[in-house]
Order: sequence, then structure tokens, then C-alpha cells
Amino acid sequence: MTQIELRGIQKFFGAVQVIKDLNLKIEDNEFIVLLGQSGCGKTTTLRAIAGLETIDEGDILIDGQAVQHLKCSDRDIAMVFQSFSLYPHMTVYENIAFPLRATRMSRSEVDKAVRGIAGVLRITDLLNRRPSALSGGDMQRVAIGRALVRRPKAMLMDEPIGALDAKLREEMRAEIKRLHLEQGSTTIYVTHDQVEAMSLADRIVIMHEGILQQVGSPSEVYSYPANLFVAQFVGSPVMNIAKAQVSEEAGSARVTVDGAEKGFAFPNELLGKIDRLKGANGSLALGIRPEGVMVEHQAREGFLPVEAQIIEPLGSYDIVDLKLGSQMLRARTRSGFVASAGDKVFARIDPTQAHFFDTKSGNSLGVRL
Amino acid sequence: MAAVRTGSEIALNRFAVVIVLIVTLIFLAPIYWITSTAFKPRNLATTIPPTVVFEPEISPFVKLFTKRAQLRSAPTPEEYAAAPWWERLVFDGGEKVVRSGKGEVQLSGYPSRFMNSLIVAITSTVLAVGMGTFTAYGFSRFKVKGEQDLLFFILSTRMLPPVVVAIPMFLMYRAVGLNDTHWGLIILYTAFNLSFSVWLMKGFIDEIPKEYEEAALVDGYTRMEAFFKIVLPEAATGIAATAVFCFITAWNEYAFALIMTNRRAQTAPPFIPSQVGSGLPDWTVIAAGTFLFLLPVAIFTFLLRNHLLRGMSFGAIRK
Ligand SMILES: Nc1ncnc2c1ncn2[C@@H]1O[C@H](COP(=O)(O)OP(=O)(O)OP(=O)(O)O)[C@@H](O)[C@H]1O
Ligand SMILES: [Mg+2]
Repeated sequence: MTQIELRGIQKFFGAVQVIKDLNLKIEDNEFIVLLGQSGCGKTTTLRAIAGLETIDEGDILIDGQAVQHLKCSDRDIAMVFQSFSLYPHMTVYENIAFPLRATRMSRSEVDKAVRGIAGVLRITDLLNRRPSALSGGDMQRVAIGRALVRRPKAMLMDEPIGALDAKLREEMRAEIKRLHLEQGSTTIYVTHDQVEAMSLADRIVIMHEGILQQVGSPSEVYSYPANLFVAQFVGSPVMNIAKAQVSEEAGSARVTVDGAEKGFAFPNELLGKIDRLKGANGSLALGIRPEGVMVEHQAREGFLPVEAQIIEPLGSYDIVDLKLGSQMLRARTRSGFVASAGDKVFARIDPTQAHFFDTKSGNSLGVRL
Repeated sequence: MAAVRTGSEIALNRFAVVIVLIVTLIFLAPIYWITSTAFKPRNLATTIPPTVVFEPEISPFVKLFTKRAQLRSAPTPEEYAAAPWWERLVFDGGEKVVRSGKGEVQLSGYPSRFMNSLIVAITSTVLAVGMGTFTAYGFSRFKVKGEQDLLFFILSTRMLPPVVVAIPMFLMYRAVGLNDTHWGLIILYTAFNLSFSVWLMKGFIDEIPKEYEEAALVDGYTRMEAFFKIVLPEAATGIAATAVFCFITAWNEYAFALIMTNRRAQTAPPFIPSQVGSGLPDWTVIAAGTFLFLLPVAIFTFLLRNHLLRGMSFGAIRK
């Protein structure tokens, strides 16, 4: 049972504030992914939890105990570093045994634990090698083995597979997931790769410039982004965002993006919902993911004429850039649906997939149809 | 480099080999000279042209290690019969100088000077490298106020030729009774070498990623344990290189040893030339003393050669 709670963490490097009032509660056995761009403070957060970095304000609680004043050796937390940092002068066996040697464990117990974890990680035949003789994937397994071997209260991983090539990354991702399910330990995992985050996390924590943006399950942050940053950071290809106006036309709601002549038809209930958020009009942005843009060859009710500009064939589907007035709208279509650039097609927006944001604060208005 | 070599490349390569050979010969010539003289009979030591082919003897070493006085005439048969085997070697060389005044064999001054050199050089090297490593680690890993100024200050102690302070040091040493003591020289040489050791070790420790220690800290070790279990083994190459440099400096130091010591703590460098002046110089004995004096550095360097090669490139080869 290990819960980790961060309360009002503030961290400065000189005059620069790297973590701003971070609050987060991590449940036992949960796999949390810290996701954010480079330099947003993910590593610093992790190092603060591990005890490698002191915090300027706030509390770090492990199982209800404040630990921010404890040395890292007393926190019983394991960490996998981005560079693996396997000790070069020790064999794989010694590397994995190293954390156990700090405890009062007998030789035979150490041996049993090392061989046990090596079996789980399928590296038993590498035990006598030196780290310099390992491939990237094996180094990563050893690093994880070293972290897991003493069954720590929690496991921290800082971009553990960021240095591997794409194919190996995918493989190791599955491996990490399997290990977590088998071994089960509270895990905080740092990455800037949203695919990694989506596929691994129980809950994703999105950070930007030291500020926590949103916490939620992968589907929550994907379907209900709390603000413009999350909306654009999560999901690939990126969500379409455009400033827009909501109006009433011939008894039905219209959403007109800036630069377009005509608006998209929306159900009438939108009017009431937007009206309640007075003043939102004028600083309103419409967000729609490419799969929420529907494309047809024939003109139909509610569809606007658009021109295909760029077609990116991605195998199972195409991403098509559609020109709508002066705006670009990216749509996801069946592959080959739009034959060539320059084709005239018709597009509309699936109202149930539309997001509305206040451009002033950047926050989502929470309006869903 | 191209797999197929052109003619000019081969020529250039041969030229480089020739240059290396010539330079090596120039460096090795004095060593050959000393070594061969150390094994020559006395009458062949100073021939012109030099004798290259001769039957090697160890009598120069016997003479080096024993105390001797001049005899009037050649030894009598009884004296010859009573002498131990090594004395006979000296007699066989046709020498009239034998054994000490009273008849029994005594050690010369050389062995104790040699021991002094070992004691002083090893102790000061251990101290300089040890303190240098700790200091360098501190500078490398922690935020030290005025770090740059302190490092510059440490370096600045080497900007003056040390002999400049010899006289004041001598007076100070005499005042505190450090004259002619092992500790006197050890302190001096440690102080000489410390700045060098700090700078060199800082370079090596900077090369070791911080994450190794951080991993050890997270794995449940204290910083001290992490230093000994992780940093020291990783810095072994640097420590070896630094130790060789410090050892050579302390081993070869002449000026301070000459001024600060005369008997009890005198090291080999001032002792060997002092023998040139006493009576007729026996060059074979001096060569034997010099030859033995060269050995420890040669052995030490040979043992650490792999570390040194990597150390010289300052971690450039390290992955
Ligand atoms: N020791 C330090 N001293 C000063 N500034 C630092 C230090 N460590 C990190 N920073 C700064 O703090 C900010 C956050 O750094 P951090 O390493 O936590 O980012 P990150 O989210 O892990 O980025 P990345 O994805 O590149 O690893 C960065 O702007 C960085 O420059
Ligand atoms: Mg980082």
C-alpha cells in the first residue's frame, strides 16, 4: 500500500520558478504518467519526490508521512534514470544486487532476489555481462530490474525508453505495462511522448511551464481537455482550433469560424448553453479533432464546400488539410477518399465532438452536445 | 582512412615510423648508458670510445651497498679467504678498496636514502591524491561559494617556482624542528602536488555522470558510501594518472631535499651526486645507484600503463 501525495509544491532554481503550486494525489498501485513538453518541470518533480532535489515549499507525503525532509536513501523509492546509469564497473548481476547490498540481506537471499527479477525480465543469461556489452533494450531491462529488485514503495521512471529506437520503444512499452500488471507498484512515469502516456497510464498528469494543467484517465484528457494547451498537446494529429462566433440563423444555431463565410449547423441547445456563459462570444474558440470532421463528395444539408490542399496518406487513413475561407481544417478520412489535392469536397463538424474554449483564459467552457 | 592505401600514404607512414624510432632512441640513450655502466667493471666505465661489449658484473652494486675504506695494498690471501662472496667479487675486480675500517661489513648510506625516498614519495603521493580527490569531488558536485576564485587560488600556488620560497621555508622548518625529518619533506611534497592533484582529479570527476551517484543514493546508500562504491572505482583511471605524476614529482625532487635534509631524512637525489665528490669518483657505483633509483618509477608507471594511456586523453576515449 503506497499512496503519494503532493501538496502545494513550489520549486525555484534561483529566480526561476520551475514547479508552481503542484497538488496531486496518487493512489496505491496506480500508474501515473507525467506528460509535458521539454523543460516543463517533469524531471524536477520526479527528483523532488525521490529526494534528489529539495523543494522550497509544500509537502510530499508517502503513505501520509511527510518525507520532504528525509534523505533519499530513507524514502524507499526506486528510480530509473533516462540514461539508465548502470554502474559500468559492475556486472549486470552486481548492478541488480547493488540496492540489496545496502540492506542487511544475506547472500543467498540477495542471490534469490536477483535471479528472480532477472527471470521476470528475461535477462538471466546476461547476468555476467558488463553494461557496456548490452543493447539499449537490455540496459533498460537491467535498469528496471535494479529498481524493482528491492520491492520499493514506489517506482519513478524518467523517460526510461526515450533513448531507444521506435520499434524497441513500442516493445518496451508493452513490457513495462506487463511488469506493472504483474508486479504492481505505485509508479510515476515521465515522458513527453503522448502515445506512450496514453498507452501506459491509469491517469495522465499534464504539465506546462511548471503548472499542472489536467489530471485524468487517458480517455478523459483526450475527450474532455480542460484547456487549449491540453487540447492541442494530446492527440495526433493535433486538434483543429479556430476562433469562432455562435449565432442564430433561421431558427437553428450556427458556428462560424473566423475567416469563413458560412457557419456550421449545430443543434439549437448550443444557444442556451453558450448564452449561459455570457460574454463568451467574442472570445470563443472552436476545437474539433480531425476525426470529428466529416467529409462528403456531394453537397448535403449542413455541409460547407471546402478545397483539399494537402493529403497525407498514413496507411490505414489519410489526413487531409481542407481550406475553409482563410482557415485550415484537418480532417481524417478513409484512405484515398479524397483523390488529389485541389479537389472540391464538402465538410461538416460532428457537433458531439466539438469543444468550446474561452480564448482569454484558455479554459474549456465545458459545453458538450 | 581509406581501405586501400596509396603509395604516398605508405611513404608517409614509414617516415613517421622512422621519426618515432629516432625520438625513442634519443630518449633511451641515457638510460642505456646508465644501465650499462652500472654493470661494468670499473676500468671499462670511462674508456674512450665507450666499451659496448663487456662481461657484466654486480660488484658496482656491492660497492654501492657497503661502506668502504681505502686499503694500502691488495688483500692478503687470509683476508681474501675470510671475506664473504660478494667481497671477493670486489677483490677480483683488482680493487684495493675493501670493507669498513674495523673489518666488519657495514651498510653504506645508500639503502637508507633509498628507503627515505620511498617513504617520502609514497606517503606524500597518497596524501596528495587522497586529499585532492576529496577536494575535487566537493568542487565538482556541490555548490561552493566562490568556487572559481578558490580553484584559481589553488592553481596559483603553482605559479611561482617553488625554489623561490626555499630560504624562508628552511628558516620556518628550522624554527619548528621539521628540518631533516620525513614529515618535513612529506608536508612539502604534498603541498606541491595538492594543487595539481585537485585540478587533475576535478577534470576526471566532472566526467563521471552525476546520475551514477544519484542512482546509488536512491538505491539506499549515503553520499559517503556512494562516493566510495561508485565514484572511486569510476575515477580509478584518473587516480592512477594523478598518482603517477605526483609520485614522479616527489621522487625526483632535488632542490628542497638538498636544503631541508642532510642525514636522517635525506632522499636519494641529493645523496647520489654527493658521492661523486668523495674521493676518486667510481662511476660504476654512481651508475648503479642511479639505475636502482630509476626502477621504482619505471615499475610504477609500467603497472599503471593502461590507466595512464586512457588518463592522458582526459577521458576522451571514455564512452
Ligand atoms: N539544476 C538546475 N539549475 C537550474 N535550472 C534547472 C536545473 N534543473 C532544471 N532546471 C530548469 O528547470 C526547468 C525544468 O527542468 P526539468 O528538467 O524538470 O524539465 P523536464 O520537463 O524534465 O524537461 P525534459 O523533457 O527536457 O527532460 C528547465 O527550464 C531547466 O532549465
Ligand atoms: Mg527531464
